[in-house]
Amino acid sequence: MLNINNATKTFNPNSVNEVQALRGINLEVDKGDFITIIGSNGAGKSTFLNSIAGTFILSSGTISINGKDVTTWPEHKRARNLGRVFQDPLLGTCTSLTIEQNMAIALKRGKKRGLGLGVRAKDKLLFKEQLSTLGLGLENRLTDQVGLLSGGQRQALTMIMATMTSPDVLLLDEHTAALDPKTGQKILDITDTVVHRDELTTLMVTHNMNQAINMGNRLIMLHQGQIILDISGNEKKGLKVEDLLERFYTFRGENVASDRMLFS
Amino acid sequence: MISLYAFMGALEQGFAFGLMVLGVYLTFRVLDFPDLTVDGSLPLGAAVSAVAITNGYHPAIAMSMAVGAGFIAGAVTGILNTKFKILHLLASILTMISLYSINIRIMGRPNMTLLGQDTMIDQFIEFTGLAPYISTPILFAIVSIVALGALIWFLKTSFGLAVLATGDNPKMITSLGVNRDMIIIFGVGLSNAMVALSGALVAQNQGSADVNMGIGTIIAGLASVIIGETIFSTRSVTAAMISAVLGSVLYRVAIALALGMRIGDFAFTPSDLNLVTAVLVIVALVSPQIKANVLGWRLRSNA
Repeated sequence: MLNINNATKTFNPNSVNEVQALRGINLEVDKGDFITIIGSNGAGKSTFLNSIAGTFILSSGTISINGKDVTTWPEHKRARNLGRVFQDPLLGTCTSLTIEQNMAIALKRGKKRGLGLGVRAKDKLLFKEQLSTLGLGLENRLTDQVGLLSGGQRQALTMIMATMTSPDVLLLDEHTAALDPKTGQKILDITDTVVHRDELTTLMVTHNMNQAINMGNRLIMLHQGQIILDISGNEKKGLKVEDLLERFYTFRGENVASDRMLFS
Repeated sequence: MISLYAFMGALEQGFAFGLMVLGVYLTFRVLDFPDLTVDGSLPLGAAVSAVAITNGYHPAIAMSMAVGAGFIAGAVTGILNTKFKILHLLASILTMISLYSINIRIMGRPNMTLLGQDTMIDQFIEFTGLAPYISTPILFAIVSIVALGALIWFLKTSFGLAVLATGDNPKMITSLGVNRDMIIIFGVGLSNAMVALSGALVAQNQGSADVNMGIGTIIAGLASVIIGETIFSTRSVTAAMISAVLGSVLYRVAIALALGMRIGDFAFTPSDLNLVTAVLVIVALVSPQIKANVLGWRLRSNA
């Protein structure tokens, strides 16, 4: 489904600001995989997701989605088969447009945008049906401007918009990090429901180790632009936060005990 | 006070420049792209239509040529910005400056008279049989309302929604598979096509095209947009666009009032217009703050 082959990315090469953000990442993702991605700040998690989305072109290596080599495709072309939810709830929707207009734009992902009416009557039924699954009452506010919604409501709407056309790959970049814990949990529940219902191939970056362990069927840990841990199947099911920390610090060769005190 | 004749003249100008104001609204407010190309594309439309009419083309064909030329001018600005990564303001100034030379090339001289030529306005006066000072505002009002209707419809289509979203949230629209560069190039092109059409109308109205007639277009356009937004509704994009056209008419009426004003020996001349306009824009921009301050002051004094 998604194959990443020896991907590297160097920002500002040959300058004092040179940053090797990705250093030879190899990852094979099967259809229907739900992978959680963890790692400390600067490990390259967001850069990794952005490299798949095409925000920039890799320095070397290849990326293919569904058998198609997309390494040199621009962002908007890859987006035809990619759903994305960002950390900032303001980034996923248009403030000045209504809920139904936002959803109509999302419904046209990968299709030709012509001079037909943008929000059609029959689409409204679909929008209502999709929104009602959220349980937030948004289905009765189709003509409200999105600027009137709270961050959590906007993020829920973004989840629907990112997944309504069943993309080949869904990229979630810490999409609950800017929300309060209760709202964040709600968005995670929605994520779990939608991903399983549509069997979406998903990559989710998170800072929360519990989330990373409890969600999905596979977990990878990034460190300094490399994958240092790749756990799936039954091994992942039995995983505990302590195990993850242990393996992380063993890898870094640091003293686990003192750091564990900081986390407790 | 203002005479009926001057008032009809203001209406006429308000509607003729109404197309230009819609163009400015499209770039400034919808695409969030401050575009100064309009100072060049307004005389471009005037020049192209004047040359075509004097060469015997039907005024309608001459005006569609102006539309095409304006679109190309806007698209050049869009390409400079998106493909060559030149800052939008600078990109539009570069196109505007180039158009000064190009407009003189098109006309072969800095200005061109349309006196004695068969213009759209003459044809419409003949068609209605009304006096020119009545029929010309009607013609321009019709053109403005048709353009307004077309733009309102366009922004409700699938493609139009993508244009709206591009100005609002470029990251979001890219992540939904839209080529933002293409939308910017098309949008700025469309805006300047309308400005050029406006220039063609103005040239036929004043009986000449002049390479300097575009100076201050952008400020007049902004003033009209802001006056419309301040006085009328901006609840939806449709309402805001109607407000922009009404703002254009109000702006020209305000200018006519200013020109008709006499304080002792002092009177405004047409060359004072740019200063008056700038002051008008400043007042319109500052008045919401003053209003908030006055409200706050009242609350404090009541407490």
